[in-house]
Amino acid sequence: MTTEVSVTVNGETYHVPDVEPRLLLSDFLRDLLGLTGTHVGCEHGVCGACTVLVNGDSVRSCLMLAVQANGAEIITVEGLGSPEELNVLQTEFREHHGLQCGFCTPGMLMTGEDLLRKYPLATDEDIREGLSGNLCRCTGYQNIVAAIRSAAVKRTEKAS
Amino acid sequence: MSSDRRANPSDVLRPRNVGAPIKRTEDPRLLTGNGEYTADRKPDRPLHLAFLRSGQPHARIERIDTSAALGAPGVIAVLTADDIADDFKPVIPFSRMPNYHATPIVPLASRKVRYVGEPVVAIVATSRYLAEDALELIEVDYEPLGAISRAELAIADGAPLLHEEAGTNVLLAREFKKGDVGADLKAAAVRVGGRFEMTRKAPLAMEPRSYAAEYEKRRDAITLYTSSNIPGIVRDAVSESLGLPGHRLRVVAPDVGGSFGSKGSLYPEELLICIAARKLRRSVKWTADRLEDVSSSSQAFAEIVNAEMGFDANGIATSLQADVIGDVGAFSIYPWTCGLEPVQVVSFLPGPYKIGSYRGVVRGVATCKPPTGPYRGVGRPISTFVTERLMDLGAAALGVDPLEIRRRNLVRAEEFPYRIASGIIWDKTGFTECLDAAAEAVGYGQLRKLQAEARKQGRLFGIGIASYAELTGIGSRIAVAPGMPINTGSETAKITIDSTGAITAAFGVASHGQGLETTLAQIVADDLGARFEDVRVIQGDSDEVPMSTGTYASRSAVLGGGAAKHASKILQEKIKRVASHLLEANADDIEVTEGRAIVLGTDRAVTFKQIAKAVYSDMKTLPVEAREELTATYTYDPINGTTAAATHIAAVEVDPATCFVRILKFVVAEDCGRIINPMIVDGQVHGGVAQGIGAALLEELIYDEDGQLLTASLVDYMIPSAPEVPLMDVVHIESESAVAGGFRGMGEGGTIGAPAAIANAIADALSPLGIGVSILPMTPERIFKLMEQAKGREDE
Ligand code: FES
Ligand code: FES
Repeated sequence: MTTEVSVTVNGETYHVPDVEPRLLLSDFLRDLLGLTGTHVGCEHGVCGACTVLVNGDSVRSCLMLAVQANGAEIITVEGLGSPEELNVLQTEFREHHGLQCGFCTPGMLMTGEDLLRKYPLATDEDIREGLSGNLCRCTGYQNIVAAIRSAAVKRTEKAS
Repeated sequence: MSSDRRANPSDVLRPRNVGAPIKRTEDPRLLTGNGEYTADRKPDRPLHLAFLRSGQPHARIERIDTSAALGAPGVIAVLTADDIADDFKPVIPFSRMPNYHATPIVPLASRKVRYVGEPVVAIVATSRYLAEDALELIEVDYEPLGAISRAELAIADGAPLLHEEAGTNVLLAREFKKGDVGADLKAAAVRVGGRFEMTRKAPLAMEPRSYAAEYEKRRDAITLYTSSNIPGIVRDAVSESLGLPGHRLRVVAPDVGGSFGSKGSLYPEELLICIAARKLRRSVKWTADRLEDVSSSSQAFAEIVNAEMGFDANGIATSLQADVIGDVGAFSIYPWTCGLEPVQVVSFLPGPYKIGSYRGVVRGVATCKPPTGPYRGVGRPISTFVTERLMDLGAAALGVDPLEIRRRNLVRAEEFPYRIASGIIWDKTGFTECLDAAAEAVGYGQLRKLQAEARKQGRLFGIGIASYAELTGIGSRIAVAPGMPINTGSETAKITIDSTGAITAAFGVASHGQGLETTLAQIVADDLGARFEDVRVIQGDSDEVPMSTGTYASRSAVLGGGAAKHASKILQEKIKRVASHLLEANADDIEVTEGRAIVLGTDRAVTFKQIAKAVYSDMKTLPVEAREELTATYTYDPINGTTAAATHIAAVEVDPATCFVRILKFVVAEDCGRIINPMIVDGQVHGGVAQGIGAALLEELIYDEDGQLLTASLVDYMIPSAPEVPLMDVVHIESESAVAGGFRGMGEGGTIGAPAAIANAIADALSPLGIGVSILPMTPERIFKLMEQAKGREDE
């Protein structure tokens, strides 16, 4: 028993026939759509590497089935900026050395985007709390926090 | 100004890139989802592997029935040890060490299993989902042989033998000795000691292990994409095992999502996937899930150290004695052997101190667990933990401040090179400079006052110091692992300017987060005289340089950097010779900078592009004998290697209600020699310290008495997340080292110093309750128990 899944990912609409109900959204994005920017670090909802935005909210794509995303609007790391033109948060990650091996980075960026859109992030503790569901083994988080802080400052400057 | 006045060459040659916080070349692709990790490879119609792993700790395999699995949807093949017996030779982790028993590595367990998680059967199917479905249809009958769950049990009389051929569970035994420890301990004014332990730990890179064997039918060749940091060693081992020459077996480590040692050995799955691809003449992919990764990747620590240190009345450490038992797991890893971690502990126990006499004995004992292997810091996190605890115990017994006792015992600037009691030679490094700088940065005096205040209020506030030294960038004179025959002491750089003028620098190293594409390009740009952005660095590909081992043991900046410098210099000479023809000037009067060769003090110049065109494409610009290919290869060997050192200071507070430890301050003062990219160095320290915090407070692989892993998910095996890691302050002491470029390795240090500093801080915090720290991690549960015991003592 398979179904068709229609989704909009990074502004592009896909109609994918014959999707098995058990297929994880993470595998759907990576294997069927070829969007391998979304990483899979645990498949049990702890590491956050697979985070994407589904209808504007951050979601662990390893904990969602592709069929559940039918009709949804999804943004993955590929939808943020390009190597030639990084978006604000990506630029700050680069400026502050907020990534080393880069494996957690897509999830960090998607969570960061979500935090920046929804929360005031008054203190660095707020940022750290917001990141507590995303694991990074390389950076010790310090430069990730600095990158998000800097993006938050830019966001406020732009708004005022 | 006369036009022929010479510019000062040193102005022209001043490094522009080395030392600067240059933004990483890797980042644009990694930030946009354009990286390519092994699991992202998309070979033509790939097949997928799944492994049935042993659920038994130690058992004879009586029967395997794969018939039902073979008939399952999508299944192409089911492989057992018998099915592949003729397809490979076992890989032997050889060592010249006496009293060492090598255990052969095979792709699938044959006849018996020795740990829970050992691969027994492999299924190849058209999708990963279908391969995993079919696993459930395999039947295996086991005859249990008795679990060996702890090292102490493995050495007990009558314990079942894991490897009958070895005749013992002690796979390795060694002793280091200098002077008369017994006499010195007897003469000591103060003796301190205890039983110290660091429990088993997972390196836990965020990317699980992943392999893709891409099969090329027309020449029966395989390209193995592997999440490895030793692709060259893997290539040579698989080539030997499968009888595939190197030009039909290319091994590539593409973007790799961290390793910390867990991807630094050859794995059975790497052999199996190549065997399967060759047998089926198809490309095959496999990526571990997290449970598989935690329960089958090499693990760390698992050592118990009984140690004693003697001091004279002036607080000078005179003697050290230690007995180390390493629980090395079921097999030796390739190529490092099971000696890597435990032998390193006894080698480094004397640390940066001038301890007169020493006796260190070590045994590596086989148990029913996955093998231990390299992990960031190798041996030194625990040797530092033990020695630094002993220093603090000594200081307390003598009534000396912990800072002062270290100052009295560290090797001083005028005493280098210094051979410590275990035989390691430290070259000139800023040991005391690091201690002083860390104390200053943390505001040591002020911090002690704060502590006194806090104690008055009954708060459990502690300060901990740890100093250590390590060998980095090890050359050919010293084996990275004891007695290992593979030369890990050299590294090759091959730098080429092609016919378009583009510069490509190929290395045998294999970055997995260290940013070597950036730092090595910084060196090449400076030493060749190119623009940074024009240099492309290629690495982690066995086809690119003839010899490559990889990135481990804090070697890549020292060895790769040294090779880069030498190869750049050779290529620059060639450029000068060509330019001297084109510019009709003496080669000695030509300087190469920013991608151009310039006659000094003039505006006469040619670009690399013009030089390349003259060499490769133009018919008559150059005489035949001047058309040298614009390429240079150099294999650099620093022979000995170089020391790196640091002091870490932590301030912590223990919450008596929850028993949680909060880190209030963390300072690192480190000497990694000449810094190539300060931004990257800070990042390495931050990440290393975060892992050290995990080792000190959170991370523990718990195996029960039946050899079952109880902490295989990231819920049960906790690594630090952002709220648990404090803001860190990093101070750099840049004392020049003797190797090319003056670099010292520094990728591991954070993980070496942090556990000891935090342990000392917790011990300091709990000292009013009479509680010591002798085991890591100090989880809230352990602290709670110690506090309960202390209360019990008080009540008595
Ligand atoms: S892969 Fe989804 S949370 Fe780890
Ligand atoms: S950058 Fe490697 S896990 Fe975060």
